[in-house]
Amino acid sequence: MATETAHAPQTNFNVSNEKMGMWAFLGSELLFFGAFITVYLVYVPRTADGPGPEVFDIPFTSVSTFILLMSSLAMVLALAGMQDGDLRRFRTWTLATALMGLVFLGGQLYEFTLFVQQDGLGLTTSAFSTSFYVLTSFHKVHVAVGVLMLGTLWFMSFTGRIRADGQGTNAVENVGLYWHFVDIIWIIIFTVVYLIPVDLVT
Amino acid sequence: MTDTHDAQQEQDQQGQHQYHPSTGEYWQIAAILAVLTAVEIGLYYAGQAGMAASVTIPGLIILTILKFVLVVLWFMHLRFDRPVLNRLFIIGLIFAGVLYGIVALITLT
Repeated sequence: MATETAHAPQTNFNVSNEKMGMWAFLGSELLFFGAFITVYLVYVPRTADGPGPEVFDIPFTSVSTFILLMSSLAMVLALAGMQDGDLRRFRTWTLATALMGLVFLGGQLYEFTLFVQQDGLGLTTSAFSTSFYVLTSFHKVHVAVGVLMLGTLWFMSFTGRIRADGQGTNAVENVGLYWHFVDIIWIIIFTVVYLIPVDLVT
Repeated sequence: MTDTHDAQQEQDQQGQHQYHPSTGEYWQIAAILAVLTAVEIGLYYAGQAGMAASVTIPGLIILTILKFVLVVLWFMHLRFDRPVLNRLFIIGLIFAGVLYGIVALITLT
């Protein structure tokens, strides 16, 4: 009886509290990133005679984008493995998701290094550079947090807190939601920041 | 015993009235996303090569919305989940849109 009371986190909408909380959090995160994307669009023409969006390496970023997009596939396959009670499949795809996230982060950091060292595009070079680095860096922080959560899930599957009988499925689904959210934010950033020509934005 | 009970209860909460796409469907969605991304990049280069912006920009925006919707509806299961979760997410989207609209208006004027 005590266990049932302790495990009755259903809301009136028949959704677990954790899941409802995650969706509310993701809704608020849309506003968070919406604000930074808006600021970027306002400041993109203000390059202060420094480098502008022409320094972006579209082929390189396209590969990074593709990797992050495919990490979302790996994430749903990890969740499907969990729902099928196949812990081995869950571990494999969770690890693959985290590794793809790390590759994306590595690629982005490499790109930042080139911007700073080769193109002279520093954080305080211009309003454009500041808004660009703040927007994309916040996204990277979110990816890094996602990788940490994935690593934790993977580790938990060895300690018995995530099990083939379904224990821990909610946690996996919520981390998955977060990961897909990070992906959809990048889908928007990739188009707005990298693909749409600046002169048309302004 | 308690652990098994907990796990069953969690599975029940998780799976209530939910349809989950098959792994084959997930691969199909991923393939569509990859194709849409390739088309986006193609449109970018077409724009660089001189294609009219009146074609490339709306094209890029439509493709982005398509990708966004595919991930949210299928990978995030919003298509198969409770309507209240839909609303929570849409409220965030509307607020973000309103914020952009206000800033755009202030900037333009």
